[in-house]
Amino acid sequence: MSAVIKEKDRVFVAFQTNDDTRSIVEAIEADNAEAIVSRYPAMVKIEVPGRLVIRRETIEDLIGRAYDLRELHINLISISGNIEESDDELVLHWNQH
Amino acid sequence: MNMPITPQKPAKKLSLKDNYNLLTRGLGWETSYQDMDKVFAQDKFEGIKIHDWDKWEDPFRLTMDAYWKYQGEKEKKLYAIVDAFQQNNGQFNVTDARYINTLKLFLTGVSPLEYQAHRGFAMVGRNFRGTSARIAAQMQAIDELRHAQTQAHTISHYNKFFSGLHDPTHMFDRVWYLSVPKSYFEDAMSAGPFEFITAISFSFEYVLTNLLFMPFMSGAAYNGDMATVTFGFSAQSDESRHMTLGLEVVKFILEQDPDNVPIVQKWLDKWFWRGYRLLTLVSMMMDYMLPKKVMSWAEAWEMYFEQNGGALFNDLARYGIRMPKYHEVASKEKHRLSHEAWATFYNFSHAAAFHTWVPEESEMKWLAEKYPTTFDSLYRPRFEHWREQQQKGERFSNGTLPMLCQVCQVPMFFTEPDDPTKICFRETTYRDEKFHFCSDGCKDIFGNEPEKYVQAWLPVHQIYQGNCFRPGTDPTAPGFEPLAEVLQYYGFHVGEDGGEYLGSLDARNWTQWTGKPAVAE
Ligand SMILES: [Fe+2]
Ligand SMILES: [Fe+2]
Ligand SMILES: [Zn+2]
Repeated sequence: MSAVIKEKDRVFVAFQTNDDTRSIVEAIEADNAEAIVSRYPAMVKIEVPGRLVIRRETIEDLIGRAYDLRELHINLISISGNIEESDDELVLHWNQH
Repeated sequence: MNMPITPQKPAKKLSLKDNYNLLTRGLGWETSYQDMDKVFAQDKFEGIKIHDWDKWEDPFRLTMDAYWKYQGEKEKKLYAIVDAFQQNNGQFNVTDARYINTLKLFLTGVSPLEYQAHRGFAMVGRNFRGTSARIAAQMQAIDELRHAQTQAHTISHYNKFFSGLHDPTHMFDRVWYLSVPKSYFEDAMSAGPFEFITAISFSFEYVLTNLLFMPFMSGAAYNGDMATVTFGFSAQSDESRHMTLGLEVVKFILEQDPDNVPIVQKWLDKWFWRGYRLLTLVSMMMDYMLPKKVMSWAEAWEMYFEQNGGALFNDLARYGIRMPKYHEVASKEKHRLSHEAWATFYNFSHAAAFHTWVPEESEMKWLAEKYPTTFDSLYRPRFEHWREQQQKGERFSNGTLPMLCQVCQVPMFFTEPDDPTKICFRETTYRDEKFHFCSDGCKDIFGNEPEKYVQAWLPVHQIYQGNCFRPGTDPTAPGFEPLAEVLQYYGFHVGEDGGEYLGSLDARNWTQWTGKPAVAE
């Protein structure tokens, strides 16, 4: 018997392309090994199978200042998945994973 | 001086969670001299059972201080760019003046929905008895008002240069194709508060709105429209919060009581189909109205509905929720929707407040690549025929009025799910009267609530009944031209706002002001 390995459903987040989000995208790539980044006119979309995490500390290391994850709202375009948010991280996930 | 003797350390900053709980918990109260069911008279009749409103969590736990701070930042950013855009004559940097027609459709068909959303969320904010639900609705009502205002403000600059943008609210209440978005939203607003929030927050904002805003804004950027990208993104930053709320709302309702599941499923079926039919206008915008195209409607449908929507409904399966009814029909229609819609608007362009045109040869090539199974065989010959007619000075237009679907109010041009060459007609009889539908989806919706949909204000019926003339008009006067009068009633500048793009006032002005051809090479 061989199990069929199906790719997990993806969650995604999309931001405006600008200087603020460059480091955020970099942080997401650093924290999510399977991140797939697609760039469109004025917009960048990051997809990850199953679960995507955005970590405050990783962003702070890149921008060199304190960061409140709610600042993400300013440049957010769209999002999918269930959200868990704390002061330290924002997680998107589908529940079967 | 009343300095403390032992200086205290500053209080530890509250965590996001504590902060949010302080805002939303214990803020309401049980009424004493009026029955709670009388104060909140609308949150039970739909049959939804809520046992514990405190289980409602705002996923972003946005508190008022943070809300105003970030919204203020978004506004400053937006208006700085709008100023720069105006000062630099940004309206002339778009690909060509055909592009402006997407803005006409947006300002007359979508911006009024932002205002409707503002009213709708103010209403549900009043009607829910849970405090956190009311706060979420309040914030969203303010957001939606902001969207209506920023869109009117930004696009008003284009109104100085282009036709068809002069009176969107007047048009919204009257014009035939604008009754599609108008009736969609009024259907939701005249439902109960739980149906409204399921329809708008979940089915529209969460499931379908990506199909409107992602390609629209990326398309605006790609076509050089800095102003629209900016208001679009500014609105979308709120929208992503609304979408998340939509998912949270539906999960909350489903978790509260198993009896809620079939009610919600029925709403998801209804509002998926209503929203999908509304997006017909978006499909033709993507495939035909953007001079430089970002992605096809079929690609967007695959990416944002079939994949993302599929993942979402897989996730909701644990509650016993399945994919919305007729989603497979939408997938069958994806290779023809935009072509059928654009052809219909081409027919009735003289009665619209935006221009239409035959796609250029290079665009037809793109369409053939994106739609290899349908474009060349089914739609290209028609466009080539129309182009020939036009070159002979006989630009085709349709002198009659189309039959509308009783539910979605779109002209009945859709084709059979399994036969793209045959128009899809459905009908039913209710209280000895016959009603017509574009699809099984719309027919089912009517069948579930006939008392509601028999009251639909269908523009074509209204015209034939003589209800779409300005006050004081005498239809019996010699030489009376009903269509010309209807367009006056709509508030159109007849001969400027609609009709063929080539040779139009917009096209001529564009060339005169920019020195560029009316259709970019
Ligand atoms: Fe909005
Ligand atoms: Fe919204
Ligand atoms: Zn219909």
